Amino acid sequence: MNVDDFLKQDSEWLKGTGPNSNIVISTRTRLARNIDKLPFSGRASKKELEIILQDVKDAALSTGALKDAAYIRLRDISEVDRLFLVERHLMSPEHAQDVEHKALIVDRRETVSVMVNEEDHLRIQVLQSGFDLKSCWHILDELDTALSKRLAYAYSPRWGYLSACPTNIGTGLRGSVMLHLSALVFSGQVNKVLQAIAKLGLNIRGLYGEGTEAVGNLFQISNQVSMGIAEEEIIDNMERIIRQIIAREEAIRKAIVLRNKEALIDRVSRAFGTLRSARIITSNETIALLSAIRLGVDLGLSKDIDRKTLNELFILTQPAHLQKLEGKALGSHERDMKRADLIREKLK
Amino acid sequence: MQCDICGKKEATVHLTEIVNDRVTKLHLCEDCAKDKGTEMEEHFGLGDLLAGLTDLGSTVEPEILGTVKCASCGFTYQDFKKVGRLGCGECYEAFKSRLGPLLKRIHGADRHVGKVPIMVGKTVKDTKTLQELKSKMDKAIQEENFEEAARLRDMIRGLEKKDESGNARP
Repeated sequence: MNVDDFLKQDSEWLKGTGPNSNIVISTRTRLARNIDKLPFSGRASKKELEIILQDVKDAALSTGALKDAAYIRLRDISEVDRLFLVERHLMSPEHAQDVEHKALIVDRRETVSVMVNEEDHLRIQVLQSGFDLKSCWHILDELDTALSKRLAYAYSPRWGYLSACPTNIGTGLRGSVMLHLSALVFSGQVNKVLQAIAKLGLNIRGLYGEGTEAVGNLFQISNQVSMGIAEEEIIDNMERIIRQIIAREEAIRKAIVLRNKEALIDRVSRAFGTLRSARIITSNETIALLSAIRLGVDLGLSKDIDRKTLNELFILTQPAHLQKLEGKALGSHERDMKRADLIREKLK
Repeated sequence: MQCDICGKKEATVHLTEIVNDRVTKLHLCEDCAKDKGTEMEEHFGLGDLLAGLTDLGSTVEPEILGTVKCASCGFTYQDFKKVGRLGCGECYEAFKSRLGPLLKRIHGADRHVGKVPIMVGKTVKDTKTLQELKSKMDKAIQEENFEEAARLRDMIRGLEKKDESGNARP
């Protein structure tokens, strides 16, 4: 399996299914792990980095969950391919830099991936569609246990799983949930929620754009605390808090339909109009318009398109995906034109 | 500012509504806001766990220990301050007097709770047993039960030997 094969399939996390998928796009859990008696990746020698790559590859490919996984040496693929993997949320933007001694292991369904030699030797992640932190953690926990039988992890009873950054020490666990909070944004209440969440030990940021000016109303909520609290409790706390946010978003959506139905239909129709007729369109404008349509679809106000097609457009219109589809490198202006072509074709 | 509805209490909830293209701003007290169905505070006003948490750079206190070196990888605390990452797992022990308070600020705790990896799981368990045996031995010595103390001493030696030989990278 190589990078091109991923282009032919839909990422599991973009299927638009799973619990609360009208509001939650995807759920991710990840663990930071390091191999005992070796320096962290940022400090390890070339030889040590190669040992880590080999050890992790051998261990991962012999576990059940990653038996048929693709092992991708990042120096062997193009820059566009690396960006493509970042856009699919299979690895971090940082992992696409300084790639000489880095690798990515991805299962065929794109649910499980392992970054090798990011800032930690292993970053193991499970990514699913919809809101299900428990199931995500369960899969991750099992894979981690399987790997720990083959790799001697750096661990101490006092500090827990030793990680390069103190913000990941202890459990090494980070859960992230991607939410589409357009009604909260629409009603001007989102900042209040964001501030409250920060006080509860969770971190929230816009998926695209800076600060709370999130393009496309997409937000990512994750836990800040990884030490002094057991994994199940981290997951449970996050789940409780996010449930409340979902409930709030749902309540406002209902209110909007009651009081602002015409305004909403107007927005959705205008978004369709622009997408169906644009000849040049940026990635950010696309994301914002898709967000408007998504809210219309979720509220049953628009039957022209389903959530899966929206998700597909959402990923295919990103820079590296467009270039993969075209099979060549494209400048920014060319991309904006190709993006408009692709959208018009899909929305015909 | 006073509440727009009751006109009595202090307004703490500020609401912007768009109804059919007209923007209305409401300033409400908590009670009236609840009546209006904006029970935000109830859900999100809780807890102040990590308020005031700042980024790594500024939470780290000034030098003093800047020259302490990790015996395993040679990293100094200064290096950590520069890059915000540690050199190896041993760094945590080497800089523990500085990292402890930092971890408390980030996580509200400086001790791990939760999963234990299988490979070292055994060792951790042994460490706990070892501590128990040692305190039992101390007690036996105090009670002048030397026969029991000697038996416990041999068990402790056995466990310590096992700990040294195990858990090393080939």
